[in-house]
Amino acid sequence: MRRLRSIAAFWYDFVIGDDWRVAVVVVAALALTAALVHAAGVNAWWLLPVCVFAALGWSLRRATRS
Amino acid sequence: MTALPLILTVFVACAVEAVEALTIVLAAGLTREWRSTFQGMAAALVALAAIVAVLGPTIALLPLTALRLVVGALLAIFGLQWLRKAILRATGYKSLHDEASAYLREVEAAKTAGLSSRGRVHDWYAFTLSFKGVLLEGLEVVFIVITFGASQHNVGAAVIGAAAAVLVVAVTGIAVRAPLARVPENAMKFAVGIMLTSFGIFWGAEGAGVSWPGQDVALLVLVPVVALASLGYTVLLLLPRRSPVTPAPEKVASS
Repeated sequence: MRRLRSIAAFWYDFVIGDDWRVAVVVVAALALTAALVHAAGVNAWWLLPVCVFAALGWSLRRATRS
Repeated sequence: MTALPLILTVFVACAVEAVEALTIVLAAGLTREWRSTFQGMAAALVALAAIVAVLGPTIALLPLTALRLVVGALLAIFGLQWLRKAILRATGYKSLHDEASAYLREVEAAKTAGLSSRGRVHDWYAFTLSFKGVLLEGLEVVFIVITFGASQHNVGAAVIGAAAAVLVVAVTGIAVRAPLARVPENAMKFAVGIMLTSFGIFWGAEGAGVSWPGQDVALLVLVPVVALASLGYTVLLLLPRRSPVTPAPEKVASS
């Protein structure tokens, strides 16, 4: 059990890293992009870059304020 | 798209990780013994090659749209991690990765550890230190090799970039017999973070169904835009602060 937990912690740290909110924003932005393209017919190529820059700025602000 | 950006990105990412792995291998080899150190390094390289050999072709079997969605999301998350760390280090909010002090830490630990042998391995400490160092640093490279290689249907080119970087760092390390403390690691990580994030945005959005204006040419715009935004955040954080900042200490065994 302890071994499993440490393996899970390793992969979490490896993929997600120090700020899980960044991963949540990226996944949510991709889901919203797919919804806009397939459900609303909007070619929302601009959405992911905007969300990525916002997520980076938000994460840096949190890191430098703490 | 040509294979050159793929090879260069993997080369730089791999060179950074190889420098960190070299520090650990040198500490184990020079302080303990070379035979067990090389055995550990060889075992880790075999494990890494096996992961690429199994996962590379498997992931390439996925439909391209699904592959690009998953790979794009992972690369964007992974790239943002690298960028965040590089910006925090460049602006003094996080300590720079120092190969010389990392080497001294490993040497001190290696000097005090006891000697025990298992099977054909004479010095188990040197073996495990070398194995873990090469495997952990190599996993990030494997991740980049597989995701980039599979998305471009060119795992071979990604492997060439990784192998060239390992060769260059290993030969330099053997020549100087010291940790490569003068390599501009943070600048290289910054550049790799920009490339990973840009490719992640490009492939992720394509996987979600987007048609980029200008098709592949959009990537040539996306890379400088990500670079400018990252430099912009760096400049903003470097603006005069109200009080001096004490950099957060670096986590051991993290990039």
